[in-house]
Amino acid sequence: MDKVTTAIDAVKRVKQGSTVMIGGFLSVGAPQQLLAALAKQMINELTIICCAADYPQDGVGRLISAGLVKRAILSHSGTNPEIEERAAAGEIEVEFIPQGTLTERIRAAGMGLGGVLISTGLGTAIEEGKRTIEVDGNSFLLEKPLKADVALIKAARSDHTGNLVYHGAARNFNPLMATAADLVIAEVEELVPVGEIDPDQVVTPAIFVDLVVQAKRRR
Amino acid sequence: MDKRARREYIARRVAQELSNGDVVNLGIGIPTLVANFIPAEITVIFHSENGFVGIGPPPREGEEDPDIINAGGQFVTILPGGAFFDSTLSFGIIRGGHLDIAVLGVLEVDAQGNLANWTVPGRSGPGMGGAMDLVTGAKRVIVATEHTTKSGRPKIVERCALPLTGERVVDLIVSDLGVLEVTPNGLLLKELRPGVTIDELQAKTAARFSIQPCLAAELGPAIG
Repeated sequence: MDKVTTAIDAVKRVKQGSTVMIGGFLSVGAPQQLLAALAKQMINELTIICCAADYPQDGVGRLISAGLVKRAILSHSGTNPEIEERAAAGEIEVEFIPQGTLTERIRAAGMGLGGVLISTGLGTAIEEGKRTIEVDGNSFLLEKPLKADVALIKAARSDHTGNLVYHGAARNFNPLMATAADLVIAEVEELVPVGEIDPDQVVTPAIFVDLVVQAKRRR
Repeated sequence: MDKRARREYIARRVAQELSNGDVVNLGIGIPTLVANFIPAEITVIFHSENGFVGIGPPPREGEEDPDIINAGGQFVTILPGGAFFDSTLSFGIIRGGHLDIAVLGVLEVDAQGNLANWTVPGRSGPGMGGAMDLVTGAKRVIVATEHTTKSGRPKIVERCALPLTGERVVDLIVSDLGVLEVTPNGLLLKELRPGVTIDELQAKTAARFSIQPCLAAELGPAIG
Protein backbone atom coordinates (compact mmCIF):
# COMPACT_ATOMS: atom_id res chain seq x y z
CA MET A 1 0.00 0.00 0.00
CA ASP A 2 1.55 3.26 -1.13
CA LYS A 3 0.94 5.96 1.50
CA VAL A 4 2.99 8.73 -0.06
CA THR A 5 1.28 12.08 -0.51
CA THR A 6 2.11 15.80 -0.38
CA ALA A 7 2.42 17.90 2.77
CA ILE A 8 -0.53 20.08 1.73
CA ASP A 9 -2.83 17.12 1.05
CA ALA A 10 -1.76 15.39 4.26
CA VAL A 11 -2.43 18.33 6.58
CA LYS A 12 -5.90 18.83 5.07
CA ARG A 13 -6.83 15.88 7.28
CA VAL A 14 -6.28 18.04 10.34
CA LYS A 15 -9.54 19.70 11.33
CA GLN A 16 -10.24 22.85 13.29
CA GLY A 17 -10.17 22.05 17.00
CA SER A 18 -8.15 18.84 16.56
CA THR A 19 -5.73 17.53 19.14
CA VAL A 20 -2.37 17.16 17.43
CA MET A 21 0.78 15.47 18.71
CA ILE A 22 3.97 16.84 17.24
CA GLY A 23 7.35 15.09 17.47
CA GLY A 24 10.67 16.74 18.10
CA PHE A 25 12.85 18.11 20.87
CA LEU A 26 13.76 21.78 20.48
CA SER A 27 12.91 21.41 16.76
CA VAL A 28 15.26 18.43 16.25
CA GLY A 29 13.05 15.69 14.86
CA ALA A 30 10.16 18.10 14.27
CA PRO A 31 8.20 17.64 11.01
CA GLN A 32 9.05 21.12 9.75
CA GLN A 33 7.38 20.85 6.34
CA LEU A 34 4.14 19.44 7.71
CA LEU A 35 4.09 22.22 10.30
CA ALA A 36 4.76 24.86 7.64
CA ALA A 37 1.93 23.43 5.50
CA LEU A 38 -0.44 23.32 8.47
CA ALA A 39 0.40 26.91 9.40
CA LYS A 40 -0.39 27.96 5.81
CA GLN A 41 -3.77 26.21 5.95
CA MET A 42 -4.73 28.35 8.97
CA ILE A 43 -6.52 25.46 10.67
CA ASN A 44 -6.99 26.87 14.15
CA GLU A 45 -8.26 26.16 17.69
CA LEU A 46 -5.73 23.34 17.90
CA THR A 47 -4.67 21.54 21.05
CA ILE A 48 -1.02 20.58 20.67
CA ILE A 49 0.85 17.90 22.61
CA CYS A 50 4.61 18.19 22.29
CA CYS A 51 7.83 18.03 24.26
CA ALA A 52 8.58 21.76 24.21
CA ALA A 53 7.48 24.93 22.45
CA ASP A 54 10.63 24.92 20.26
CA TYR A 55 11.41 28.41 18.90
CA PRO A 56 9.41 31.28 17.35
CA GLN A 57 8.59 30.39 13.71
CA ASP A 58 10.41 27.06 14.09
CA GLY A 59 9.17 23.54 14.94
CA VAL A 60 5.83 23.71 16.78
CA GLY A 61 6.62 27.40 17.16
CA ARG A 62 5.31 27.75 13.59
CA LEU A 63 1.78 26.92 14.79
CA ILE A 64 2.13 29.12 17.87
CA SER A 65 3.43 32.07 15.82
CA ALA A 66 0.54 31.66 13.37
CA GLY A 67 -1.98 31.91 16.22
CA LEU A 68 -3.45 28.44 15.59
CA VAL A 69 -3.01 27.01 19.07
CA LYS A 70 -5.72 27.21 21.70
CA ARG A 71 -4.17 24.83 24.20
CA ALA A 72 -0.64 23.46 24.63
CA ILE A 73 0.29 20.40 26.66
CA LEU A 74 4.08 20.28 26.99
CA SER A 75 7.01 20.07 29.39
CA HIS A 76 8.94 23.24 28.57
CA SER A 77 8.35 26.60 26.91
CA GLY A 78 11.48 28.50 27.89
CA THR A 79 12.94 28.68 24.37
CA ASN A 80 9.88 30.36 22.88
CA PRO A 81 8.95 33.75 24.37
CA GLU A 82 5.94 33.95 22.05
CA ILE A 83 4.05 31.18 23.83
CA GLU A 84 4.59 32.90 27.16
CA GLU A 85 3.33 36.19 25.73
CA ARG A 86 0.26 34.51 24.28
CA ALA A 87 -0.34 32.63 27.54
CA ALA A 88 -0.11 35.89 29.50
CA ALA A 89 -2.62 37.46 27.07
CA GLY A 90 -5.01 34.54 27.63
CA GLU A 91 -4.77 33.36 24.00
CA ILE A 92 -3.20 30.00 24.82
CA GLU A 93 -3.92 27.76 27.77
CA VAL A 94 -0.68 26.03 28.77
CA GLU A 95 -0.43 22.82 30.77
CA PHE A 96 3.01 21.69 31.90
CA ILE A 97 3.68 17.99 32.37
CA PRO A 98 7.01 16.52 33.51
CA GLN A 99 8.70 15.22 30.37
CA GLY A 100 8.95 11.62 31.55
CA THR A 101 5.30 11.65 32.59
CA LEU A 102 4.40 13.01 29.16
CA THR A 103 6.27 10.13 27.49
CA GLU A 104 4.53 7.53 29.65
CA ARG A 105 1.06 9.03 29.19
CA ILE A 106 1.54 8.91 25.42
CA ARG A 107 2.93 5.39 25.65
CA ALA A 108 -0.03 4.32 27.80
CA ALA A 109 -2.45 5.54 25.14
CA GLY A 110 -0.54 3.78 22.38
CA MET A 111 -0.10 0.54 24.29
CA GLY A 112 -3.69 0.25 25.45
CA LEU A 113 -3.04 0.85 29.15
CA GLY A 114 -5.58 2.45 31.46
CA GLY A 115 -2.90 4.62 33.00
CA VAL A 116 0.54 4.47 34.60
CA LEU A 117 1.78 4.88 38.18
CA ILE A 118 4.58 7.43 38.48
CA SER A 119 6.21 9.01 41.52
CA THR A 120 7.45 12.08 39.61
CA GLY A 121 5.66 15.19 40.85
CA LEU A 122 4.72 13.91 44.32
CA GLY A 123 4.76 16.82 46.73
CA THR A 124 4.53 19.36 43.88
CA ALA A 125 1.75 21.15 42.01
CA ILE A 126 1.69 18.22 39.57
CA GLU A 127 -0.20 16.03 42.05
CA GLU A 128 -3.21 18.36 42.20
CA GLY A 129 -6.39 16.61 41.12
CA LYS A 130 -4.69 13.23 40.69
CA ARG A 131 -5.23 10.00 42.57
CA THR A 132 -2.36 8.83 44.75
CA ILE A 133 -2.01 5.06 44.81
CA GLU A 134 0.16 3.13 47.23
CA VAL A 135 1.93 -0.02 46.07
CA ASP A 136 4.03 -1.98 48.57
CA GLY A 137 4.45 1.10 50.73
CA ASN A 138 5.48 3.43 47.90
CA SER A 139 3.29 6.28 46.67
CA PHE A 140 2.57 6.96 43.02
CA LEU A 141 0.38 9.30 41.02
CA LEU A 142 -2.10 7.75 38.62
CA GLU A 143 -1.34 9.32 35.26
CA LYS A 144 -3.92 8.78 32.56
CA PRO A 145 -3.34 7.99 28.88
CA LEU A 146 -2.95 10.90 26.50
CA LYS A 147 -4.01 10.44 22.89
CA ALA A 148 -4.53 12.62 19.86
CA ASP A 149 -6.58 12.89 16.70
CA VAL A 150 -3.46 13.35 14.59
CA ALA A 151 0.27 12.79 15.11
CA LEU A 152 2.74 14.72 12.95
CA ILE A 153 6.07 12.94 13.18
CA LYS A 154 9.45 12.95 11.46
CA ALA A 155 11.83 10.17 10.45
CA ALA A 156 15.08 9.94 8.55
CA ARG A 157 14.05 7.16 6.20
CA SER A 158 10.89 5.38 5.12
CA ASP A 159 9.63 3.03 2.48
CA HIS A 160 6.41 3.75 0.60
CA THR A 161 4.32 1.95 3.23
CA GLY A 162 5.77 3.90 6.16
CA ASN A 163 8.34 1.65 7.85
CA LEU A 164 10.38 4.25 9.69
CA VAL A 165 14.04 4.55 10.64
CA TYR A 166 15.29 7.50 12.69
CA HIS A 167 18.62 9.29 12.94
CA GLY A 168 20.43 10.55 16.01
CA ALA A 169 18.55 12.41 18.71
CA ALA A 170 15.78 13.22 16.19
CA ARG A 171 14.03 10.03 17.30
CA ASN A 172 12.83 11.41 20.68
CA PHE A 173 9.00 11.49 20.88
CA ASN A 174 8.36 10.40 17.29
CA PRO A 175 8.06 6.60 17.76
CA LEU A 176 5.78 7.07 20.80
CA MET A 177 3.46 9.49 19.07
CA ALA A 178 3.16 7.14 16.10
CA THR A 179 1.28 4.76 18.41
CA ALA A 180 -1.07 7.20 20.10
CA ALA A 181 -3.09 9.03 17.42
CA ASP A 182 -5.99 8.11 15.14
CA LEU A 183 -4.13 9.48 12.11
CA VAL A 184 -0.34 9.36 11.84
CA ILE A 185 1.45 11.47 9.23
CA ALA A 186 5.18 10.93 8.86
CA GLU A 187 7.51 13.41 7.22
CA VAL A 188 10.62 11.61 6.03
CA GLU A 189 13.93 12.77 4.59
CA GLU A 190 14.54 9.77 2.38
CA LEU A 191 11.98 7.60 0.63
CA VAL A 192 12.94 4.13 -0.62
CA PRO A 193 11.09 1.22 -2.24
CA VAL A 194 9.52 -1.47 -0.05
CA GLY A 195 12.13 -4.09 0.81
CA GLU A 196 15.03 -1.63 0.88
CA ILE A 197 14.88 -1.23 4.66
CA ASP A 198 16.22 -4.14 6.68
CA PRO A 199 13.34 -5.28 8.94
CA ASP A 200 15.85 -5.47 11.80
CA GLN A 201 16.36 -1.70 11.52
CA VAL A 202 12.70 -0.63 11.47
CA VAL A 203 11.80 1.31 14.64
CA THR A 204 8.22 2.26 13.76
CA PRO A 205 6.48 -0.50 11.76
CA ALA A 206 4.40 0.75 8.84
CA ILE A 207 1.14 -0.46 10.41
CA PHE A 208 1.27 2.62 12.65
CA VAL A 209 1.67 5.08 9.79
CA ASP A 210 -1.19 6.38 7.62
CA LEU A 211 0.49 8.93 5.34
CA VAL A 212 4.09 9.54 4.28
CA VAL A 213 5.38 12.89 3.05
CA GLN A 214 8.84 13.32 1.63
CA ALA A 215 10.75 16.33 2.93
CA LYS A 216 13.77 17.98 1.46
CA ARG A 217 16.97 16.53 2.88
CA ARG A 218 19.10 18.86 4.92
CA ARG A 219 22.28 16.83 4.99
CA MET B 1 36.73 35.87 42.13
CA ASP B 2 34.84 36.79 38.96
CA LYS B 3 31.67 35.09 37.76
CA ARG B 4 33.46 32.76 35.39
CA ALA B 5 35.94 31.62 38.04
CA ARG B 6 33.12 31.06 40.53
CA ARG B 7 31.19 28.95 38.03
CA GLU B 8 34.28 26.92 37.15
CA TYR B 9 35.05 26.39 40.83
CA ILE B 10 31.58 24.90 41.32
CA ALA B 11 31.85 22.68 38.23
CA ARG B 12 35.32 21.44 39.22
CA ARG B 13 34.13 20.60 42.73
CA VAL B 14 31.04 18.73 41.45
CA ALA B 15 33.27 16.72 39.10
CA GLN B 16 35.10 15.35 42.15
CA GLU B 17 31.85 13.73 43.27
CA LEU B 18 31.74 11.46 40.22
CA SER B 19 33.03 7.89 40.19
CA ASN B 20 34.31 5.67 37.43
CA GLY B 21 31.43 4.22 35.39
CA ASP B 22 28.77 6.60 36.69
CA VAL B 23 25.87 7.44 34.36
CA VAL B 24 25.41 11.18 34.79
CA ASN B 25 22.92 13.79 33.58
CA LEU B 26 24.06 17.41 33.58
CA GLY B 27 21.52 20.23 33.57
CA ILE B 28 21.82 23.52 31.70
CA GLY B 29 24.21 26.26 32.88
CA ILE B 30 26.87 25.56 35.52
CA PRO B 31 26.10 21.79 35.51
CA THR B 32 27.05 21.58 31.80
CA LEU B 33 30.54 22.85 32.71
CA VAL B 34 31.12 19.79 34.91
CA ALA B 35 32.00 17.77 31.80
CA ASN B 36 35.13 19.91 31.35
CA PHE B 37 36.59 18.87 34.72
CA ILE B 38 36.22 15.09 34.87
CA PRO B 39 39.33 13.65 36.57
CA ALA B 40 41.57 11.95 33.97
CA GLU B 41 41.60 8.63 35.82
CA ILE B 42 37.83 8.03 35.55
CA THR B 43 35.31 7.52 32.75
CA VAL B 44 31.74 8.66 33.18
CA ILE B 45 28.86 8.23 30.75
CA PHE B 46 26.77 11.31 30.09
CA HIS B 47 23.06 10.86 29.49
CA SER B 48 21.08 13.36 27.41
CA GLU B 49 17.34 13.30 28.13
CA ASN B 50 16.46 13.93 24.48
CA GLY B 51 17.58 10.38 23.81
CA PHE B 52 21.15 9.16 24.03
CA VAL B 53 24.03 8.13 26.22
CA GLY B 54 27.63 8.95 25.41
CA ILE B 55 27.56 12.73 24.91
CA GLY B 56 30.87 13.82 23.40
CA PRO B 57 32.45 17.24 23.01
CA PRO B 58 30.98 19.94 20.75
CA PRO B 59 31.63 19.28 17.04
CA ARG B 60 34.11 21.34 15.07
CA GLU B 61 32.53 24.18 13.13
CA GLY B 62 31.04 22.85 9.90
CA GLU B 63 30.87 19.28 11.23
CA GLU B 64 27.63 19.62 13.19
CA ASP B 65 25.02 16.91 12.73
CA PRO B 66 21.69 18.79 12.83
CA ASP B 67 20.10 15.80 14.58
CA ILE B 68 22.58 15.63 17.46
CA ILE B 69 21.96 18.25 20.14
CA ASN B 70 22.07 18.13 23.91
CA ALA B 71 19.03 18.88 26.07
CA GLY B 72 19.97 22.56 26.03
CA GLY B 73 19.73 22.65 22.24
CA GLN B 74 23.49 22.94 21.60
CA PHE B 75 25.21 20.84 18.95
CA VAL B 76 27.21 18.01 20.49
CA THR B 77 28.68 14.70 19.34
CA ILE B 78 28.18 11.10 20.39
CA LEU B 79 31.21 9.10 21.51
CA PRO B 80 32.10 5.63 20.20
CA GLY B 81 30.05 3.18 22.27
CA GLY B 82 27.15 5.62 22.66
CA ALA B 83 23.54 4.82 21.80
CA PHE B 84 20.42 6.68 20.69
CA PHE B 85 16.92 5.81 21.91
CA ASP B 86 13.45 7.28 22.16
CA SER B 87 12.14 9.53 24.94
CA THR B 88 10.35 6.71 26.77
CA LEU B 89 13.57 4.77 27.25
CA SER B 90 15.41 7.96 28.07
CA PHE B 91 13.08 8.68 30.98
CA GLY B 92 12.97 5.01 31.90
CA ILE B 93 16.72 5.29 32.42
CA ILE B 94 16.11 8.25 34.73
CA ARG B 95 13.12 6.90 36.63
CA GLY B 96 14.13 3.25 36.68
CA GLY B 97 17.23 3.67 38.82
CA HIS B 98 19.74 3.53 35.97
CA LEU B 99 21.01 7.09 36.38
CA ASP B 100 23.62 7.47 39.10
CA ILE B 101 23.82 11.24 39.37
CA ALA B 102 21.82 14.26 38.23
CA VAL B 103 23.41 17.71 38.52
CA LEU B 104 21.00 20.64 38.38
CA GLY B 105 20.82 24.36 38.92
CA VAL B 106 18.15 25.89 41.17
CA LEU B 107 16.22 29.04 41.90
CA GLU B 108 15.92 27.88 45.53
CA VAL B 109 16.99 24.86 47.56
CA ASP B 110 16.08 24.33 51.18
CA ALA B 111 17.19 22.67 54.41
CA GLN B 112 14.97 19.64 53.79
CA GLY B 113 16.32 18.98 50.33
CA ASN B 114 13.36 20.47 48.50
CA LEU B 115 14.24 22.36 45.35
CA ALA B 116 12.51 24.83 43.06
CA ASN B 117 13.65 25.60 39.53
CA TRP B 118 10.74 25.35 37.09
CA THR B 119 8.61 28.44 37.38
CA VAL B 120 7.94 31.62 39.33
CA PRO B 121 4.56 33.05 40.33
CA GLY B 122 3.01 35.27 37.69
CA ARG B 123 4.79 33.56 34.82
CA SER B 124 3.43 30.76 32.66
CA GLY B 125 6.71 28.94 32.20
CA PRO B 126 9.32 28.00 31.52
CA GLY B 127 8.20 24.55 32.65
CA MET B 128 10.03 21.67 34.23
CA GLY B 129 11.19 19.85 31.12
CA GLY B 130 12.85 16.74 32.53
CA ALA B 131 13.84 18.25 35.88
CA MET B 132 11.07 16.68 37.97
CA ASP B 133 11.89 13.25 36.57
CA LEU B 134 15.61 13.76 37.16
CA VAL B 135 15.28 14.79 40.81
CA THR B 136 12.82 11.97 41.49
CA GLY B 137 14.65 9.24 39.62
CA ALA B 138 18.39 9.84 39.93
CA LYS B 139 20.12 7.87 42.67
CA ARG B 140 21.93 11.02 43.78
CA VAL B 141 20.93 14.64 43.16
CA ILE B 142 23.60 17.33 43.29
CA VAL B 143 22.67 21.00 43.14
CA ALA B 144 25.33 23.15 41.45
CA THR B 145 24.59 26.80 42.03
CA GLU B 146 25.98 30.18 42.89
CA HIS B 147 25.27 30.79 46.54
CA THR B 148 23.14 33.89 45.91
CA THR B 149 21.13 35.40 43.07
CA LYS B 150 22.51 38.25 40.94
CA SER B 151 20.92 40.68 43.38
CA GLY B 152 22.56 38.96 46.35
CA ARG B 153 19.51 37.10 47.67
CA PRO B 154 20.34 33.71 49.26
CA LYS B 155 19.36 30.68 47.17
CA ILE B 156 19.76 28.30 50.10
CA VAL B 157 16.74 28.89 52.31
CA GLU B 158 15.00 27.33 55.29
CA ARG B 159 11.92 26.51 53.22
CA CYS B 160 11.38 27.02 49.47
CA ALA B 161 8.77 29.67 48.67
CA LEU B 162 8.66 28.95 44.93
CA PRO B 163 6.70 26.05 43.39
CA LEU B 164 8.66 22.85 44.06
CA THR B 165 10.35 20.71 41.43
CA GLY B 166 10.86 17.91 43.93
CA GLU B 167 10.24 17.19 47.58
CA ARG B 168 13.16 15.98 49.77
CA VAL B 169 15.26 15.00 46.80
CA VAL B 170 18.57 16.89 47.06
CA ASP B 171 21.62 15.10 48.45
CA LEU B 172 24.39 17.66 48.07
CA ILE B 173 24.68 21.41 47.39
CA VAL B 174 27.87 22.69 45.79
CA SER B 175 28.13 26.47 45.61
CA ASP B 176 30.86 29.00 45.01
CA LEU B 177 31.24 29.37 48.79
CA GLY B 178 31.22 25.79 49.95
CA VAL B 179 29.68 22.34 50.05
CA LEU B 180 26.59 21.44 52.10
CA GLU B 181 25.09 18.02 52.53
CA VAL B 182 21.36 17.53 53.09
CA THR B 183 20.98 15.15 56.05
CA PRO B 184 17.89 13.97 57.96
CA ASN B 185 18.87 16.56 60.58
CA GLY B 186 19.12 19.43 58.11
CA LEU B 187 22.06 21.00 56.31
CA LEU B 188 25.62 20.07 57.18
CA LEU B 189 28.45 22.33 56.02
CA LYS B 190 31.27 20.07 54.87
CA GLU B 191 33.64 22.48 53.17
CA LEU B 192 34.34 26.15 52.78
CA ARG B 193 35.95 27.36 49.58
CA PRO B 194 39.51 28.42 50.41
CA GLY B 195 39.45 32.12 51.20
CA VAL B 196 35.79 32.18 52.23
CA THR B 197 35.03 32.85 55.88
CA ILE B 198 32.32 31.16 57.85
CA ASP B 199 30.86 34.59 58.51
CA GLU B 200 30.50 35.31 54.80
CA LEU B 201 28.83 31.96 54.14
CA GLN B 202 26.53 32.42 57.11
CA ALA B 203 25.55 35.91 55.97
CA LYS B 204 24.66 34.63 52.50
CA THR B 205 22.70 31.56 53.64
CA ALA B 206 19.07 31.88 54.70
CA ALA B 207 18.92 28.44 56.32
CA ARG B 208 20.28 26.99 59.53
CA PHE B 209 23.12 24.55 59.12
CA SER B 210 25.50 22.64 61.33
CA ILE B 211 29.21 22.36 60.71
CA GLN B 212 30.95 19.05 60.18
CA PRO B 213 33.14 18.42 63.28
CA CYS B 214 36.49 18.26 61.43
CA LEU B 215 35.72 21.53 59.64
CA ALA B 216 34.58 23.12 62.91
CA ALA B 217 37.88 22.05 64.50
CA GLU B 218 39.80 23.66 61.64
CA LEU B 219 37.84 26.87 62.01
CA GLY B 220 38.78 27.12 65.68
CA PRO B 221 37.02 27.59 68.99
CA ALA B 222 35.39 30.89 68.06
CA ILE B 223 32.92 29.01 65.84
CA GLY B 224 29.78 27.32 66.93
